[in-house]
Amino acid sequence: MESFTHHTGLVATMDRANVDTDQIIPKQFLKRIERTGFGQFLFFDWRFHDDGSLNQAFELNAPEVSGASILVARRNFGSGSSREHAVWALADYGFRVVIAPSYADIFFNNCFKNGVLPISLSESEVEQLFENAATRPGYRLVVDLEAQKVSDDSGFIVSFEIESFRRECLLQGLDDIALTLQHEDKITEFERARLQ
Amino acid sequence: MANSTSQPRTMFEKIWDQHVVHAEAGKQTILYVDLQLVHEVTSAQAFEGLRLAGRPVRRPERTIATPDHNIPTTDRSVPIADPIAQQQIDTLRTNCADFDIKIYDLDDLRQGIVHVIGPEMGYTQPGMTIVCGDSHTSTHGAFGAVAFGIGTSEVEHVLATQTLLQSKPQTMELRVDGQLAEGVTAKDVVLFLIGRLTTQGGTGYVLEYTGEAIRSLSMEERMTVCNMSIEAGARAGMIAPDATTYDYLRGREFAPEDFDQAIATWEQLRSDAGAKYDVVKQFVAADISPQVTWGTNPGQVIAVTDQVPDPTSLTDATEQKSAELALEYMDLTAGTPMVDVGVDRVFIGSCTNARIEDLRSAARVANGYRVASHVNAMVVPGSGQVKEQAESEGLHKIFTAAGFEWREAGCSMCLAMNPDKLEPGERCASTSNRNFEGRQGKGGRTHLVSPAMAAAAAVEGHFVDIRDWNFNGEVI
Repeated sequence: MESFTHHTGLVATMDRANVDTDQIIPKQFLKRIERTGFGQFLFFDWRFHDDGSLNQAFELNAPEVSGASILVARRNFGSGSSREHAVWALADYGFRVVIAPSYADIFFNNCFKNGVLPISLSESEVEQLFENAATRPGYRLVVDLEAQKVSDDSGFIVSFEIESFRRECLLQGLDDIALTLQHEDKITEFERARLQ
Repeated sequence: MANSTSQPRTMFEKIWDQHVVHAEAGKQTILYVDLQLVHEVTSAQAFEGLRLAGRPVRRPERTIATPDHNIPTTDRSVPIADPIAQQQIDTLRTNCADFDIKIYDLDDLRQGIVHVIGPEMGYTQPGMTIVCGDSHTSTHGAFGAVAFGIGTSEVEHVLATQTLLQSKPQTMELRVDGQLAEGVTAKDVVLFLIGRLTTQGGTGYVLEYTGEAIRSLSMEERMTVCNMSIEAGARAGMIAPDATTYDYLRGREFAPEDFDQAIATWEQLRSDAGAKYDVVKQFVAADISPQVTWGTNPGQVIAVTDQVPDPTSLTDATEQKSAELALEYMDLTAGTPMVDVGVDRVFIGSCTNARIEDLRSAARVANGYRVASHVNAMVVPGSGQVKEQAESEGLHKIFTAAGFEWREAGCSMCLAMNPDKLEPGERCASTSNRNFEGRQGKGGRTHLVSPAMAAAAAVEGHFVDIRDWNFNGEVI
């Protein structure tokens, strides 16, 4: 997995709560058997009209957030289906960081398996980011995973919490399976003790 | 193994402790997985990952597979029209053959929705850890198992190691005291609870459902409740095993051979007296009426006797905006009585409500009636075995005589990956689990209800309070 240490990028905001994974990647795109190429389908039903034309009213279609790599959204982001395709789509579209007050569990887990950092900030801190992004075109943030800080170039700086194990895995780009297999003897021992 | 016998523990903590392979401060715990269920949509990339890394499946006998999500529910002798769906199913077949995994394929009577067939064959048992690349894996917690949905990377991790890296969740007891009123079902209980908890109220928790109203539920009803735990954001939902659980499991194909010995072990699982949950919430069964969702998440739910809520009555700004967007998408006006809302489609099926008792409940309502002329209604059994059982009881005749379509087993219009889907603007009474925007087809509007409420809506063409229904006798 690609490691994650620092990231500086353009911010896109999505002023909605409970954005579910059915919206992030609609079901008609789940039939692919690859992990790649899902970015073109991200938020498909919101991004495009039925005739295939771009929905200009949708936040991510605004020209000023073209190339955004940090997505700021409201609470309970990524709820619903376990489909990892949602994270594959976000990552393939170019997002490396999501910032929201809270996340659904499975989506949150899936992010870490794909080098995407989901950051939980308080409702008021997220509100501040919405205001900053709305009033400052081209608004960018600096995310420092090592220091666990999010900041901009005009004084906004907040800390975020992250499980130390997840942080280490991202910083070093560790492969979970290889990590677990370092304890293969313990798995074997467990199976011998517990199973016939 | 981490194990303390002196401290009272919850059922979840006991099962967790029994499955800890390795725990280390500052790291996630390596937790053993007893059973993994696999379907075609979330597994292909996991098997591909194994191939690329040259890794074998550690315990092929601890994984079973079935195609369910994107398969057509029409005539199986006709080839699948969608070549990409066909390729995904073929890929599952190849992966199962290459890695020596048991698959219940379309020509097997035991094929069906993965969360229906696991329990049906007796794979799902108390005390187990069970995972699947599907959020509704929480269903299996109805047996007193720790069961939860995982992503595809984790599916690969389980295939390679038979374990998962996990941080221990917190526990929440949801106690429902007293008896449910006639006409109020397990679906109404869980929708009611999600409405009270909200769709993120359970995030980070394993729920344990307790109390007289839960204890009185049949095994299939318990599965309906646990199935939707994820819709409250919970990692998993559980109900302690008891005689209801054992009676259901006894004699099933993969139930333990020494069943009495198994019961003795399972009897140790229930939460100890004095065990502490991180959160406890209490409810009264008599407060629960038949439920209907009005919005675009399962927490946006009201009693069928209520009116569509006014977003401005919500104090939280985020919830208010959510409600406004939901009403706009659902094309509903605040203040409209729910019973005045008409439906175009009815879907009876899904891992929430496609078991035999669900079909009996719907058939009992439909018996002797006709589906309203402007409504298209379909019944999709949860498995080949459910379909066969229903047909042996003549339920399919009741449905077809009433004008319902009678289909082959699969996930169908719960998520509309197959050809069963809503057209833009169509409104559906559905026994499934998600009313998200576009879930049942782009532009489709979903209202979640119980099987009885769905059947009644099909007949009347709008929502009705099932407690007022005039039944035409008993069907079985």
